[in-house]
Amino acid sequence: MSIQETTRQALSEFFPEKPVTIDPVPEPESEEAEDGKKKQKDTPRENGIIVQDYSMKGFHLDAQINPDQLVRAAEILFKLGYYIESITGVDWIKEGQLEAVYDFSRYDFDLCRVAVRVRIPRDNPILPTLTGVYTGANWHERETHEFFGIQFDGHPHLIPLLLPEDADFHPLLKDFKA
Amino acid sequence: MNQPIELQKDETFVLNVGPQHPATHGVLRVKMTMDGEYIYDAETVLGYIHRMHEKMAENRTYPQYMPNMGRLDYLSAMAFNHGYALVVERACAIEVPERAEYIRVLTVELNRISSHLVWLGAFVMDLGGFTPLMYCFDDREQILDLLESVTGSRLTYCYFRFGGLYNDIDDDFITGTRAFITRMRKELKMYAKLVTGNIILQKRLIGHGPIDKDMCQRYGATGPVARGSGINYDVRKNEPYSVYPEFDFDIPVYDECDSFARYMVRMDEMEQSLRIIEQALDKLPDGPVNPKKKPKIIKPPAGDYYAAVETARGNFGIRMVSDGTKNAYRLKLRSPTYSNMHLFDEACRGMLISDALAFMGSLDLVIPEMDR
Repeated sequence: MSIQETTRQALSEFFPEKPVTIDPVPEPESEEAEDGKKKQKDTPRENGIIVQDYSMKGFHLDAQINPDQLVRAAEILFKLGYYIESITGVDWIKEGQLEAVYDFSRYDFDLCRVAVRVRIPRDNPILPTLTGVYTGANWHERETHEFFGIQFDGHPHLIPLLLPEDADFHPLLKDFKA
Repeated sequence: MNQPIELQKDETFVLNVGPQHPATHGVLRVKMTMDGEYIYDAETVLGYIHRMHEKMAENRTYPQYMPNMGRLDYLSAMAFNHGYALVVERACAIEVPERAEYIRVLTVELNRISSHLVWLGAFVMDLGGFTPLMYCFDDREQILDLLESVTGSRLTYCYFRFGGLYNDIDDDFITGTRAFITRMRKELKMYAKLVTGNIILQKRLIGHGPIDKDMCQRYGATGPVARGSGINYDVRKNEPYSVYPEFDFDIPVYDECDSFARYMVRMDEMEQSLRIIEQALDKLPDGPVNPKKKPKIIKPPAGDYYAAVETARGNFGIRMVSDGTKNAYRLKLRSPTYSNMHLFDEACRGMLISDALAFMGSLDLVIPEMDR
């Protein structure tokens, strides 16, 4: 069994009732380019796991989970030999949500890139830390904290990393004014 | 050698290394808590050259952002160009002509050698030997001249375009590159005699700076740092992109997990890059270097995309979130030294400060790329 299949099955414990969506139909592009404000995509994406088309997207599995499942997901991926590539945020200001994206990859020829996403409300962005599983999450979480204002619960040293140490602004939020 | 000694917390003092220190290769600061000459704890402080490249991506159109790629890692700018070109081409489904792909590989590999030459010179200088730096910069000069003739710049290249290249290479470049391959093969033998075999160098590197596989996985270390720890991971082989599958080359892997293993990986990599360049010159097809059909305005369909390339320092990844407009909605740059440097804090505990600085040199740091 390929690692992609193994990972998909291991991660599907988070979605007991939902079948796996395979390669969803691409969202209609024409309507959203014109009236960006009234497109249907404003409803946030639901939790679930998607098998992406690698040649089109550049990664294989795309899982969206709840914040409380995050540490468990990291433990599963660590056991399967994944290393942490990066943690980043995306500000979905129209939906009032922040998204944290965790990228994982493997040191292997059996290739599988996994993106784990978590959506949290924009006015109260709190996530558990992954530093207990992946020590290297430390800097990535500090960076996400300073750029997006996401709080990482349990992080040992959550101070700005790249910005000045007294920075109280979050430059990658869409409503940030320099 | 590294004997485990018991360090005492109550007899420590803080030593500031950097941000203006020659051993840190740029504006990097390490706050070291020392017990005598031994490091009790270290904390790396970044951000002295932070420029917020990720926000710039949201304010510029896709082609306008290409020059930023040369400003991240100033030593292997070409590979960063390649990564960004790949992700946009993937999103917009732009086809790249075969000749352009070969020239891309050719220039990226030349750039990789020049990057490793700077590392070698600076690294040996860290250890107290000044002479190799002069030889390295002499060889690197040949590459810079070659690349200058096709790209127009010597360091911060902006040579790639979406779907192709800025311009085609000429016969002078090809003959010049062939001459360089012959020259560099001789020089590599000279480096092996002059540097690698040196007993002082070996005593300072062998057995020092251990990074094991588990630590690599926890921190996400890639590139020569991971390959020096016995991990056979190179994006060019593991996740083939461009025309790399058509070349015959090896990935040097060493199991010793010490600074010398990382040194050897980079020395061998230069040889392998020469092999790739030679094959690329032999196989170079004719044809255009830019696609016939290409969208006038780059507007990737909404969604997110990922692309990874192997730079001289490791795995460089870009996650691009597009909302269907001319600017990226979000662009994340995953730079390799950021993860490679992160493990320094943990790995240097209990080391002598002189060994720690040799260890830091073996990580091959480029600070602008870490700080972005």
